[in-house]
Amino acid sequence: MAGTHTLDHAASAMHLVDYTDPAAIKQVPTRNGFGEGLIEAGKRDQNVMAICADLSESTRMEGFKKAFPDRYVEIGVAEQMLVAMAAGLASTGKIPFIASYAMFCPGRAWEQVRTTMALNETNVKIAGAHAGVSVGPDGATHQAIEDIAIMRVIPKMTVIVPCDSAQTKKATLATAARWGPTYLRFARAESAVITTEQTPFEVGVAQTFRDGSDVAIVACGILVYNALIAAEELARDGIECRVVNNHTIKPMDEAAVLAAARDCGTVVTVEEHQVHGGMGSRVAEILAAQHPVPIEFVGVQDRFGQSGAPQELVEEYAMGVTSIVAAVKRAHARKRAAR
Amino acid sequence: MGSLSAERLTELKYHANDVRQGIIRSLVAAGSGHSGGSLDMADIFAALYFHLLRHDPKNPDWPERDRLLLSCGHIAPVRYSAMAYAGYFPVEELLTLRHFRTRLQGHPERVSLPGLETTSGPLGEGLAQGTGMALAAKMDGAGWRTYVITSDGEHQCGLHWEAMMTAAKFKLDNLTCIVDRNVIQIDGSTEDVMPLEPFADKYRAFNWEVFECDGHDIAAFVETVEKAQQVKGKPQVVIAHTVMGQGVSFMEGDYLWHGKPPKKDEAEKALHELNAARELIGAGR
Repeated sequence: MAGTHTLDHAASAMHLVDYTDPAAIKQVPTRNGFGEGLIEAGKRDQNVMAICADLSESTRMEGFKKAFPDRYVEIGVAEQMLVAMAAGLASTGKIPFIASYAMFCPGRAWEQVRTTMALNETNVKIAGAHAGVSVGPDGATHQAIEDIAIMRVIPKMTVIVPCDSAQTKKATLATAARWGPTYLRFARAESAVITTEQTPFEVGVAQTFRDGSDVAIVACGILVYNALIAAEELARDGIECRVVNNHTIKPMDEAAVLAAARDCGTVVTVEEHQVHGGMGSRVAEILAAQHPVPIEFVGVQDRFGQSGAPQELVEEYAMGVTSIVAAVKRAHARKRAAR
Repeated sequence: MGSLSAERLTELKYHANDVRQGIIRSLVAAGSGHSGGSLDMADIFAALYFHLLRHDPKNPDWPERDRLLLSCGHIAPVRYSAMAYAGYFPVEELLTLRHFRTRLQGHPERVSLPGLETTSGPLGEGLAQGTGMALAAKMDGAGWRTYVITSDGEHQCGLHWEAMMTAAKFKLDNLTCIVDRNVIQIDGSTEDVMPLEPFADKYRAFNWEVFECDGHDIAAFVETVEKAQQVKGKPQVVIAHTVMGQGVSFMEGDYLWHGKPPKKDEAEKALHELNAARELIGAGR
C-alpha cells in the first residue's frame, strides 16, 4: 500500500526514495541531471567545457552555455567533427563534454571515437542523449539501442548508464573529475527518481538496491525502477529478488555480478538496448567464464524501434514490469529444474 | 627570402637529403609502407623541423611548442625520419619501423612515441583535431601555432570540410593547413578518382586564406608559410605542389609507389642517387 511499505535494509543503506509509493516518486528525465551536473562541474574546474552539435536544449547543455559562454562551443550538425575537435581540445588539458543524440554521437562518429578518443587516449566525455526506445514519437532513426554494444567493445573506454536524474548528475561530476575517455548514456523521457542526494555513486561499483536470494535482477538505466517494482510484485508470490543497479557497463563490477550469481543461482538482466552486445551480454560473458548460471535477458530482441509513447514502446519491446516478472519466473523455474 | 639565409637554405637541403635517406632505409628494413608520399614531403618536413617550428626535441611535451599534426598518417616514415634527425630519438631506431614492439608504428600513435601530437592514419581527421588545438590556444591566449599536414586525397572525406567550416567560424588565424598536392592517390589521379579541382577556390569559398607554392622549393615554402603566419582573422592553407617519390628517379610521379617499399636493390639504387644529389648540394646546387 502506498507509503506504508518499509524499504529493506539494502534500499535503506542506499538512501533510496520509497519507490513503492507512487506519490513519493518524482518523474524527471535523466538528461536533466546531466545539465545540472555539467554546470556544477564547470564551477569546480575551469578546464571543463561543452561542445554541442545543434542540440543544446534537448541535450540540456543550455544551462552551461548561459553560465559559461566562453567555454561553450557550437559546431552545428557535425558529429564526427564534434569528437575529433574535442580530442584536439583535450590534448591541451581541456575537459570537453560533447553532446548529441546517442544515435549520432557515438553512433555516426564511431571511428573518430575509437581513433581520436580511445586509441589516442584523450580525456573526452560523450553525453549521448535520447538513447532507448523510450525516445518515443521520433521513431527508430532516433532511438539508439545499439550504442552500449559499440562503446563497450572499445578498449580504454568507460561506459556509464545512470538509473535516474539524480544519479546522472553524480555520474557527470564523477566523469569530469576522473581522467579517461567516457560515454555517458541518457534517456529522453521523464522517469522515476529513485535515488537521493545521500545515495552513493562510484564509477565501476554496482549497487544493491534490494536484497534477495531467489533471483538476481541486474539492471541499468531507467529500467532499474521497473526492476524494483517487478521485485515487489514477485515478493508477493514468494520470490525474493536481489536488484542490482549495474550503472557502469565498463569497467563492469565483476565481483558484484559474480556475488549475485553465487547468492541467487540465476540472473535476469534488464536494459533498454539490444540484448545482443549490451550490458546483459557482458554479464553473460563474466558468468559463462567464471560461474555459469541460468540467465534471462530483458531488452530489445533484435528489432528496430518505432514511433509511439515511451511507456507504450517499453511494453511493446517487452521491458515493462510484466515482462520482467515473467523473465524472473522463467529464470526461477530454470534454476529449480537444474537442481 | 624571409628569414632564410643562403647558408641556412643549404643546411635545410642537407637535412632534406638526410630525411629522404632515412625514409629509404626505414622502408626497406620494414618491408612494407608508403614510399611515394613520404619522399615527396621530405623538403617540407625538413623546413618545418629544422627552421619553422618552435619545438624542443629534448622536451617534447613543452606546453608552448607549435603543434605539428600529420593527418595522412600513412606517410609516417617522413615524419619519423625528420624527428630522428632533429634529435627526438636515435637515427638507428628508424630501422625498427613497423616491427613488433616498435615505437614507430605503421601509422603514428601518439601514446607510443613522444613528439607526436595525434594518432593518425584514418584519413580526414587531422584538421578536425588541429582545429580543436588551435581553438584551445585562442581560448588560453597562447602564442603557439598549429600546423596540419594533409594529403590531397583525404580532401574527399566529409570530416575535413566540417573542420574547414569550423576553423573559419572561429577565425583561427593560428592554424595553417599544408596540403601535399601530388594529385595522386591509391587508385590513380585524384582528378580521376574524385576530382578536387577547383581546389584553391574551394578553400576560398570556405573563408580560408589560400597560398600555393612548389613543395620542393624549400625557400619558397618557408617564405609562403611565413606569409601565412601574418594573416589575421582567417585560417590559412598552403597548397604545396609536389611530385610523388621526389628525389628517387624511378619512383617520381608513379602512383604504383604510393603504398609499397623499395626492395633491397631498389633501395641501394635510391641511396646511390640521393648521395649523388648530396654532392651537388655541396657544389652549390
